[in-house]
Amino acid sequence: MSITLDSQVPVAAPVSAPVKGYWQAVFSRLRRDPVALIAGLILLIILAMAIFAPWLAPQSPYSTSMLNRLKPIGTEGFPLGTDELGRDMLSRLIYGARLSLLIGVMPVVNAFVIGSAIGIVAGFVGGRTNTVIMRIIDVFYAFPAVLLAIALAGALGAGLVNSLFSLTVVFIPPIARVAESVTTQVRNYDYIEAARASGARSLTIIRRHVLGNVLGPIFVYSTSLISVSMILASGLSFLGLGARPPMPEWGLMLNTMRDAIYVNPWVSVLPGVMIFSVSICCNMLSDGLRSAMDVK
Amino acid sequence: MGTYFFKRILYVIPITLAVSFFCFMLVHLSPGDPMDAVVSADAPREVVAMVQAAYGFDRPLPEQYGRWVVRAVQGDLGLSTANGRAVTTEVFGALVNTLRLALVASLIGFTLGCLFGTLAGYWQGSLLDRFVTGIAVGGVSIPHYWLGMMLVIVFSVELSWLPSSGAGPGSSSDWVWEWRYIRHLILPAITLSVIPMGVVTRTVRAMVAEILNHDFVEALRAKGLAEVRVFLHVVKNVAPTALAVMGLQLGYLLGGSILVETVFSWPGTGLLLNNAIFQRDLPILQGTILVLAIFFVLLNLMVDLAQARLDPRIQRN
Repeated sequence: MSITLDSQVPVAAPVSAPVKGYWQAVFSRLRRDPVALIAGLILLIILAMAIFAPWLAPQSPYSTSMLNRLKPIGTEGFPLGTDELGRDMLSRLIYGARLSLLIGVMPVVNAFVIGSAIGIVAGFVGGRTNTVIMRIIDVFYAFPAVLLAIALAGALGAGLVNSLFSLTVVFIPPIARVAESVTTQVRNYDYIEAARASGARSLTIIRRHVLGNVLGPIFVYSTSLISVSMILASGLSFLGLGARPPMPEWGLMLNTMRDAIYVNPWVSVLPGVMIFSVSICCNMLSDGLRSAMDVK
Repeated sequence: MGTYFFKRILYVIPITLAVSFFCFMLVHLSPGDPMDAVVSADAPREVVAMVQAAYGFDRPLPEQYGRWVVRAVQGDLGLSTANGRAVTTEVFGALVNTLRLALVASLIGFTLGCLFGTLAGYWQGSLLDRFVTGIAVGGVSIPHYWLGMMLVIVFSVELSWLPSSGAGPGSSSDWVWEWRYIRHLILPAITLSVIPMGVVTRTVRAMVAEILNHDFVEALRAKGLAEVRVFLHVVKNVAPTALAVMGLQLGYLLGGSILVETVFSWPGTGLLLNNAIFQRDLPILQGTILVLAIFFVLLNLMVDLAQARLDPRIQRN
């Protein structure tokens, strides 16, 4: 019975290595990933732009000037030119970070909370409840994400709240699916059985034993959705379904500047540069986080 | 074997019903009375009641849904409230244009994606790999409506090489595979191909790299097989997944083309949907989404069946 003997050999940790917490380990791994670091830094700068917009923006994002319409990049007083109503592009880009980040990130945050809850319950309870919940989720999979978002936003009518709601609905099913599959795995582990045998109630088991093991993978998966969400949220505004003029929002700015591409092409694409930067940095940071947290 | 196929095909029925219910409810979700688009606000009450009866809006919801489904199965999705034309004609006319665009775009995306993915997977960790991975991340991160604008600026505004909008010379709607039509297709197709390119590159790269690590590859090389033949073995292993990913991407393109179609005024379902939203033309909105969703459901079915046929392991799950 060498097997039982083997299992009794204590697995000694290296004496010199300090015992690090899980998150400490994750962050130290992230620090050694240059791509993720740079992406994170750029995102921080853009976030700072959003927070400190009133101090950073040289002008009001709303003040129009008919005399200064569609100025090119490098005009005196308008370093990044002006839009079709003579508003300072730089100021609008800075202020635009507020709304664009908000409508891009909020749907994923909402969906993370709701989708995790649905998926964890479905996975933990299992059986018929699981089947019913997951079949309903399947229905939403019958729609390509963009179509579902536009269908809902279009039917509900234009507006920020409706666009937030539509995108939240779009992201709940994929997150719930991931949450369900992770929870189903965890549920079958011995320590859950042990907790149940020792008389713990379901809620206690979920709180103390399940959450800690499933939230990591769900979180990583959700961060990978932020990039899509940014593109879609600004896309809805681009179609005229999200933010309303004269709000500074990158997608809407792209839309209102569309006719200006014949006059002053390179100013009109600047809002897209911002959307692209945020989206690609989110993807890179998410990839880095995935390998740092060692999630499949 | 037979049971898997049978079950998978049967599964389409409840999903299609649920999808149709969702599309039906869309109209009732939307604020305001759908009647507002048909009769003016100051119409006499009897007229409103008459029109309501004609459209069936005076009946209970489940009955309305039942009637709507029965008519939809017969190919009648109602009339556009904007121009009075049959929804079915409008949607299928637009669907042909969208399909043409999506098919060309996925062909470009798939070809480039397989090429890039294989190169990067074979020389994993090399400079080429990093470059390709960068392009792939860019492809999935780029707001394609913005890319479309950039392409218009470069190729239409600055260089005047290609047209920036429409699907043919003048306002013609009959497609011919001739240069004067194809030149309208190039920019929107390239714009739309970027997403599947990125997704396929990532998938193929990961799979090629993984398969090259398998023992059987080493065995093939050890027995002296030419690298070209080894490569064929890799292709055989990657192909089912790559094809499945591409099939799904084609479906996403059908839905995702709305933004690109708006940028290029491509007369497809996206543009139709966009116009319907702003004219509050709910029957068109409902019909377009229903047709696209059912198309997507069937596409999913075909992908699943094809994949199960190519890879028998799937049927056991």
